[in-house]
Amino acid sequence: MHRNASQLFIRLFAPLLIALLFIGSSSPVAAQSAPQVVNIYSARHYGALEPVFQRFTQETGIEVRLSQGTAQSLVERLRAEGRQTPADILFTIDAGGLWTAAELGLLQPINSAVLRQNIPANLRDPQNRWFGLSQRARVIVYNPTKVSPTELSTYAALGASKWRNRLCFRPSSHIYTQALVSSFIGLHGEKVTEQQIIRPWVRNNPKFIDSDSRIVETIAAGGCDVGITNHYYVAQQLARNPNLPVKVFFPNQQESGTVVNLSGMGVTAAARNRDNAIKLIEWLSVTGQGQGATPDTLSGGNYEFPANPTAPVNPIIIGFGPFKIDPQPKSELGRFQPAAIKLLERSGYR
Amino acid sequence: MRPILRLLPIGIALAVAAPLLLIAAALLRPSGESWAHLWETRLLEMLTQTMLLVCAVGLGTLVLGTGLAWLVSAYSFPGRALFAWLLVLPLAMPGFVLGFVFMATFDYAGPVQSALRAWLGPTLWFPEVRSLGGAAIVLTLAWYPYVYLLARAAFAEQAASTLDAARAMGSSRTHALFRLVLPLARPSLVAGVTLVMLETLTDFATVRYFNVLTLSEGILRVWEGMMDRETATQLAALLLLVALGLILLERILRGAARYTQLSGAPRIAPLPLHGWRAAVATGACALILAVAFVLPAAQLVAWALAEQRSATMPTADGVAERYIVVSLGLAAGAAALAALCALLLTTGERLGGGRVQRGAARLATLGYAMPGAVVGVGVLTLLAAFDHAIIARGLVGALLLTGSLTGLFYAYVVRFLAVAYGSVDASMEKVTPRLVEAARCMGASQGRIIWRIHTPLVRAGLLAGAMLVFVDVMKELPVTLLLRPFGMDTLAIWTYMLAAESFWQAAAIPALIIVLVGVLPIALLVRTGERVAVR
Repeated sequence: MHRNASQLFIRLFAPLLIALLFIGSSSPVAAQSAPQVVNIYSARHYGALEPVFQRFTQETGIEVRLSQGTAQSLVERLRAEGRQTPADILFTIDAGGLWTAAELGLLQPINSAVLRQNIPANLRDPQNRWFGLSQRARVIVYNPTKVSPTELSTYAALGASKWRNRLCFRPSSHIYTQALVSSFIGLHGEKVTEQQIIRPWVRNNPKFIDSDSRIVETIAAGGCDVGITNHYYVAQQLARNPNLPVKVFFPNQQESGTVVNLSGMGVTAAARNRDNAIKLIEWLSVTGQGQGATPDTLSGGNYEFPANPTAPVNPIIIGFGPFKIDPQPKSELGRFQPAAIKLLERSGYR
Repeated sequence: MRPILRLLPIGIALAVAAPLLLIAAALLRPSGESWAHLWETRLLEMLTQTMLLVCAVGLGTLVLGTGLAWLVSAYSFPGRALFAWLLVLPLAMPGFVLGFVFMATFDYAGPVQSALRAWLGPTLWFPEVRSLGGAAIVLTLAWYPYVYLLARAAFAEQAASTLDAARAMGSSRTHALFRLVLPLARPSLVAGVTLVMLETLTDFATVRYFNVLTLSEGILRVWEGMMDRETATQLAALLLLVALGLILLERILRGAARYTQLSGAPRIAPLPLHGWRAAVATGACALILAVAFVLPAAQLVAWALAEQRSATMPTADGVAERYIVVSLGLAAGAAALAALCALLLTTGERLGGGRVQRGAARLATLGYAMPGAVVGVGVLTLLAAFDHAIIARGLVGALLLTGSLTGLFYAYVVRFLAVAYGSVDASMEKVTPRLVEAARCMGASQGRIIWRIHTPLVRAGLLAGAMLVFVDVMKELPVTLLLRPFGMDTLAIWTYMLAAESFWQAAAIPALIIVLVGVLPIALLVRTGERVAVR
């Protein structure tokens, strides 16, 4: 009667295991042999992506496959997978992640005349391992019924005691905060950043809200008077409700300029569909395809500034007015990221 | 005992423990500079916040889960039969979904505070929603069904004669509850609360919404932000120690006590409540159900309908269907695998009887205490090493495990085996040793004992375990984020991505599907459970 039990297990277990191994081992192989695909590790959230990629697939016949995650976890994944990675492209929402991936040797240089022409030198890696495709300004947002723009000037000035209990910030766990502080360190060094910007901010007892959209909504509702967000979150809200009491202020115009980050792509060092990957990035860099003001483009779909200077800009964000951009190389947004996190933590920033 | 039955549990335990041992090994390595930095700054905060949250949620679910279970088991009042199973429904609602619904409803810009301000003026004080208290309330409401289910099962299995004896000796029903019923149900209650506490330890999505810095959140911060795998792994190892402590505590609390009940004895007869008592009982059940499930679900429905009317997020055709198929497939596969492994472990433990098998079971259930991200990366590192070894031998393409379904299922089993195990083990505990001894006396082999005694008796436990794993995988985030193959995006990932950017209206659609899909197996389980109880 021994047999009964083990037969039960074998009967239940063996087919499952065999099926699993079969499906399991065959899926990456299938991904490889499929004729026209490009696999992307993407840190951008879905919605803004799908229309533009659908258009690319319609025009080229190349299927776009996305796998989502935070830039950091995707870089970790690329690192662990090494030469075996199924990803052809790393797509991030900040330059820091691309810079880190390039530093780790996870991206390869792409020699493309199209990209050199379409993407300005300051929006791509000097060694052409990554390319910015859209730009996002980290701006001050305020409620015009409570704050006059004449009261605003720089990021650092939000440390003044008059802003006590009136600020809304994104927590230090988010890449946008880390990138901003990383750029402060690049500009002023750690000591000044900590003593003259971050600690004064923290003394003002800001509310920490882990969503740029919710910060904008809270400011509109009167929960805070001033906050820092990416410009397009304000644009999204204004597109839905033009009367919302929120306005954009571009900080540091008398100094070095407003910090602008980028969303961009790099081809992985182990890309199996390298040609398709290059084709996609080139396609996205062309005005009227990936670049433009309409919802079926990469920049327009999300109210971002296009990377290609010839592309039209959405009228809502033109309405925010012209502004000076901080000229630091975008790599600085990644270089000081670990230092920025430590600085934020020891300063008591949430 | 056949060697395969003896060796399989050990094999399972080793496979499950390998990625965790990889991480535990970090404790042996000398700590780096960032470890010192952590110690100086936020380590203490992480530890205290974690402990506070774990205790608050553990206590909250113990009181809520046990209280409701006792109410529907020992009393009869209008709607009791319905509430008895409806109260399990919050289990279908992922913690982070409940979290974002609460956040959107109760924070400053949300409708509740906006309405209050419009009514009472703009200087209205309202407790801060983004806080440890807020997180504890949400997690308690999301997870009390774990305790409720196990407590109700324990009460249902208690023979009425015990309670009747106590009543005959003059103790009140309440007195009997605290002196007799609860102590008898202790193994189940402790198992439920431990499950909840371990869930709390590994949650990262909900605490992130509520600005609570726990160890799990800290690990992700260090790992992702500083790219500091060493420190993150060391923090993870620390978390492993905390979890080990909890599991040890569970063992001590369960103790050597072995309560077996006469099977087939009549169950506790519910005492009818009348008048205001009945109204209070019905009201309490309705209130909890409304707050934990009905109202959040209604809000999701409202958002989903609004999204249908005017899309804030364009979605390609067929995407939703694919998410559903992927989610269901992954959850079903993982549930079946975990239940099988749990059965093998528990029977091996009892029949093998050796210290080795018992140790194997302990080892194999540690995954549940680990944050999903850590399990994910542990598995990823292990599989990558395996793949590299294969490639080094020139067998490219033969069997690549990273980025494959095998890797994903492997990680799910590592992560959730404890859920299935806990459920199977608890029902196994009710198999009286005498029954087994009797069978042995009559010359039954061990295989026959498993087949004819253990399997039928733990069937309810197996099913419950598989169901819990199914629902858990439906809701799972970090492991899936890290290990899923291309095109294998789940409903949970879809929801989380949208909710993280406050696209609540768009996130409501996949969230609702998770809830609906989760409700089905739960209803199934509760109905089966009822049948078993009746028999």
